[in-house]
Amino acid sequence: MPEYQRPLTVAEYEQNFAQIKPDMSATMAYNESARCLFCYDAPCQQACPTGIDIALFIKQIHTDNLQGSARTIYNSNYFANICGKVCPTEVLCEGACVHNHSQNKPIEIGRLQSYASQHAISENIALYAVPKEKNKGKVAVIGAGPAGIAAACELSKAGVEVHIFESKSSPSGLALYGVAPYKITNQEILEEVAYLQAQFGFSIHYNQPISSKEQLAKLEADFDGIFLGIGLGATNPVLANTQNWANVWGATEFIEQLKTDFQKVVIGKNVVIVGGGNTAMDAASETARMGAASVKLVYRKSKEEMSAYEFEYDLAKQVGVQGIFGLAPAQLLGDNSLKGVSFTNEKGETVEIGCDMVVLATGQQKQTQFLSQIDGLTLNKQGKIVVNEQFQTTNPRYFAGGDAVNGGAEVVNACAEAKKAAQAMIKTLFS
Amino acid sequence: MPNISANLAGIKSPNPFWLASAPPTNSGYQIMKAFDAGWGGAVWKTLGVPVINVSSRYGALNYKGNKMIGFNNIELITDRPLADNLREIEEVKKYFPDHAVIASLMVNTREEWHQIVKDAQNAGADGLELNFGCPHGMCERGMGSAVGQNPIALETITRWVMEVAKVPVIVKLTPNITDITEPAKAARRAGADAISLINTIQSIVGIDLDNLVPYPVVGNQSTNGGYCGPAVKPIALNMVKNCALDENVRLPISGIGGIETWRDAVEHLLLGASNVQVCTAAMHYGFGIVREMIAGLEDFMRQKNFETLNDFIGLSLPKVKHWEDLNLNHKVVATIDSSKCIGCQLCYTACEDGAHQAISVSVDKGVRVPQIIEDNCVGCNLCSLVCPVDNCITMERRDDITAPAETWADYAAKDKAPTTFNDQRGGGVGHWNPTPKEAWDKRKNNR
Repeated sequence: MPEYQRPLTVAEYEQNFAQIKPDMSATMAYNESARCLFCYDAPCQQACPTGIDIALFIKQIHTDNLQGSARTIYNSNYFANICGKVCPTEVLCEGACVHNHSQNKPIEIGRLQSYASQHAISENIALYAVPKEKNKGKVAVIGAGPAGIAAACELSKAGVEVHIFESKSSPSGLALYGVAPYKITNQEILEEVAYLQAQFGFSIHYNQPISSKEQLAKLEADFDGIFLGIGLGATNPVLANTQNWANVWGATEFIEQLKTDFQKVVIGKNVVIVGGGNTAMDAASETARMGAASVKLVYRKSKEEMSAYEFEYDLAKQVGVQGIFGLAPAQLLGDNSLKGVSFTNEKGETVEIGCDMVVLATGQQKQTQFLSQIDGLTLNKQGKIVVNEQFQTTNPRYFAGGDAVNGGAEVVNACAEAKKAAQAMIKTLFS
Repeated sequence: MPNISANLAGIKSPNPFWLASAPPTNSGYQIMKAFDAGWGGAVWKTLGVPVINVSSRYGALNYKGNKMIGFNNIELITDRPLADNLREIEEVKKYFPDHAVIASLMVNTREEWHQIVKDAQNAGADGLELNFGCPHGMCERGMGSAVGQNPIALETITRWVMEVAKVPVIVKLTPNITDITEPAKAARRAGADAISLINTIQSIVGIDLDNLVPYPVVGNQSTNGGYCGPAVKPIALNMVKNCALDENVRLPISGIGGIETWRDAVEHLLLGASNVQVCTAAMHYGFGIVREMIAGLEDFMRQKNFETLNDFIGLSLPKVKHWEDLNLNHKVVATIDSSKCIGCQLCYTACEDGAHQAISVSVDKGVRVPQIIEDNCVGCNLCSLVCPVDNCITMERRDDITAPAETWADYAAKDKAPTTFNDQRGGGVGHWNPTPKEAWDKRKNNR
């Protein structure tokens, strides 16, 4: 009997994917904010990739200045509510909280951040005097993910006309399609993006993929500068012929399908997840919460070598996921239908694990083919876009940030990089 | 088993914990319930001509998630007919003969005072408390703190009471006065048996920033009220100490002000109170809070080998000196226990900005434990007070403990005390003190 039954209704789905950082009540936020010590040169702020003045925004929550608190957060990070929920706070701000050193619980910074920013979003508070007339020049942004939207906010605030070109029909990229549903709901993501768009006044052109040399040439002609927020591509194929099997998924594609229409996702009884990163942990948790009877997470190296955060692995274990280590995937087994996966262990022996569903969380490919069409753009050996400290690429009119530059990191890293890139664009292109 | 029975000017109670005259003592039902819960005595809600109260009546000062560290009220004396109150006093005494029931009184004329004193005594009150303290509502009518602030009026009225009093008379003092010993001495001159202090402090507890009306809000208006609760304890302790030390007061004291725990009560007793009165804690937590006070008091007495309250009442008084009697050679410096430090650096910023720049932090951001610069440390305690970890920063003795103490007078006699504006014998001379602009620039550049 599995821990979770397959959810059939939206209500059951929401129950299986209950938020691990639920919203705080006003009383909770008041009491939790009271515990903050207001450290000097606060370690939480130092640990935040966007450098939010955390001690200040928590103090502002405590003094019932929620608008001021939200402004403090948005001053540093445009994905305020989203990052409050999806950031790995355990290894960032909350991991750095000095309370950890006295065996006290760290301040729940992520939940407090969401509490304050949700106030600004739900009340639609205009935090900034954004110029209505955008007459400072024009920037095209490719990709409406966290990087693209953060860059658009920063540029629009300075009076730059921004057009985002997005291949999909919804904004916010992996934040929407890739983040586990128990971390944040799609609705919340869309609400924050709508709030930002209304406040800063940038345009998003959906279903408009930029893929050809001609399209790039047109952007170069129409715009003063271009920001690349394209993220990463499809899952790395580590096994042959995966496309022949209906129930063999790339993790990113599986999570996207789950978050788009969970009712259409067919979950096997016995699931094998291949990989040891945070996405593997998400895919494992998600298949378990979708009602799989058994979920085995298989990683080619040791448990200690997994790149996933410990707390992410704990989350997976809590829903019954079993970790198996030291097995490298070799091939898919079965004739007409999937019967399992064969692995090779450290001694070179073959180990077979039976299953009727496989999710490959083996990293995403870089979009090198698309990027090779941009004149003068340099990629490093791993296919990441080479940028300087200002996030300017080797083609001076192109700036870039997010996964395409860092190779795949957190939403908060994309926000931080894009903001810096946008500031540099304003400085180098428009002043 | 320590004996915690108390005796204030002949009024005996099974323990020193009395409920002060206030809403918790509004009725016989409440007082019986309180005695049942463990309270040793109760001062009845002040009797007089019944009033009409407003709604709302209370406001609170909250701090960092703690509710009601300060409390403010604009309620007046009893709003119930005297006959009802007297009948209930009689009833309470019938069921609780060993508990202290005190009638608090507030009226105007000599005739009224005579009448109400007799009535209260006839009802069986063990003592009388004259409410010369209420700082709101009644003082505008020439009663309450209007009397307490005027030693002559206080003395006159107390004399009227003493003319007919057969039970001990306690004069309740207002802290809304420059020198608390003046009304205390007036009470002594009039022949009162004891004093109780402090009554509430005139206050505005806060303002509703949406409609700009102070709390507590009555329609779209408010008025100043009386302040009490844990936040007032330091003021109360000092006034209790002043009365206890004054040779011309020499009256038993019922300590009031900020008492919520056994510790607060013990502190009042150590500074000379014979018993204590409590209101806000009972309004906040109910009568059950007394069980913590009784248990804590008994544990304290057991640990210190005190058999009765008299063994330690006033024991801290000889340790309270005038500033000029303190030893100028005493020298402590802060030390940080790096194994306990959690790296919040509150001590650093407090000392850097609020004291004597005697703590440094590493330029390496990975090292969070601050260092004490002993040469700069004046031993002010600030770092140890802001430190959130118990016993992480302690103050260590640095002077020669075998050397004799020297006061300001000793310094003056030895020509070591500064006397002129630019005297080089000043304590801060030679202390580290940077050139302002230079140090400020260096600091900005380091950031």
